[in-house]
Amino acid sequence: MGIDLKSASFEGWRRENGRMGVRNHVIILPVDDLSNAAAEAVANNIKGAMAIPHAYGRLQFGADLELHFRTLIGTGTNPNVAAVVVIGIEPGWTGRVVEGIAKSGKPVEGFAIEQNGDINTIANASRAAYKMVKHASRLKKTRADVVELWVSTKCGESDTTSGLASCPTVGNAFDKLWENGNTLVFGETSELTGGEHLVAARCRTPEIREKFMAMFDRYQRVIAANKTNDLSESQPTKGNIEGGLTTIEEKALGNIQKIGKKCLVDGVLDKAETPTHPGLWFMDSSSAAAEMVTLCAAAGFAVHFFPTGQGNVIGNPILPVIKITANPRTMRTMSEHIDVDVTGILQKRMNMDEAGEALLDCMLRTANGELTAAEVLGHREFSLTRLYESA
Amino acid sequence: MTVHFIVHDESDSVGVVVVEGVKAGTRLNGWIMDQDRMIEFEAKSDIPIGHKLAIKPIKAGDTIIKYGVDIGRAVADIAPGEHLHVHNVKTKRW
Repeated sequence: MGIDLKSASFEGWRRENGRMGVRNHVIILPVDDLSNAAAEAVANNIKGAMAIPHAYGRLQFGADLELHFRTLIGTGTNPNVAAVVVIGIEPGWTGRVVEGIAKSGKPVEGFAIEQNGDINTIANASRAAYKMVKHASRLKKTRADVVELWVSTKCGESDTTSGLASCPTVGNAFDKLWENGNTLVFGETSELTGGEHLVAARCRTPEIREKFMAMFDRYQRVIAANKTNDLSESQPTKGNIEGGLTTIEEKALGNIQKIGKKCLVDGVLDKAETPTHPGLWFMDSSSAAAEMVTLCAAAGFAVHFFPTGQGNVIGNPILPVIKITANPRTMRTMSEHIDVDVTGILQKRMNMDEAGEALLDCMLRTANGELTAAEVLGHREFSLTRLYESA
Repeated sequence: MTVHFIVHDESDSVGVVVVEGVKAGTRLNGWIMDQDRMIEFEAKSDIPIGHKLAIKPIKAGDTIIKYGVDIGRAVADIAPGEHLHVHNVKTKRW
């Protein structure tokens, strides 16, 4: 008998905006690349605070700048985060990120480096972070129904075993969570190429289908305008090809196993946008692992399902990433990266329903606080998606 | 009994090797997942884990079917049991 999702529950932190988180991070969030050093110094001073350095945030404009703000504000707003210190080179854009996060009701303070210097900024921001860590450590966990858990998915370093077993395992769990009324997301726009008609057929309404196809077609035009070959070694990647995947169509058909057999696509999101109701959402996104998972975290997701074939080692600073593999060689050579072993499916020792249950069991343990392999190994990849050049 | 390769659907032109160390001449047990049926095959090439073998005779230009869906086109003739990958199959999309 499987897990009864209606009666199951988990213990996490209820945030000021009502959302349930499964981690209690205090983050030091730089607005731009110039502020990474100060952010890292604060995190070094204050135990229990985590810096999230990144490469961008200067001279961006238009839709690319809006995405930058949406991703940073979404990261701070994510329910796995208790409180945020924002550091930027100047006060204008720093204030914009602070105001965005403040709408969630959680503690947030901003610090600008110009006219202060790194040393004073680090001192002031460290005092704020000190108070936030004390505050976060006082917060009590509360029990919530599984339906309150937002779950994202994206696979990586896929191979043929991903399509045979680890992606269908996520699909099995997603079918069950979807029927339970959970909020779910998948994406990887270019990686649906060859299976886009199958996703389109699963869209709940003609409007959703039209929006999905418009995003898919736009991405195809980006590839057509910039490609110098058939993208072999980029999509599929060199690792995908080593793992036996031959074409993008084959990779896509494996990828879309993650949305199961029953789920309908209930809505479409632009990058880093937050769902407005429960159900399965498609998010227009890169298929690069760290970029996509960063966008899921910014959209407010609390747990992530990551099937891998050849062994992608990705994690995220605030979003626990659960790895699932069906590849016996990956299990033999890099088991420390894997949370759920479904190699048994390939030898008929495990059926898909049992695999889906094993993943849901891991999801509940993770939600209750058990660390994922990526968390224990310190994987905190945070990658901002760029739409075009800076000015 | 060890499953050496898996076929998603009986209409597919390929199977996926799921064990390490398959050499030319190895007798292989194949599992057709959707119909839950076993077949036997002889490997005609060394095939790494995760890589595909043809399970039907394929001519250059033929469409390759996996999951019951088009995954690309053959650019060379491929005999049943031979290794099928980027050297003899290409995408139709990009």
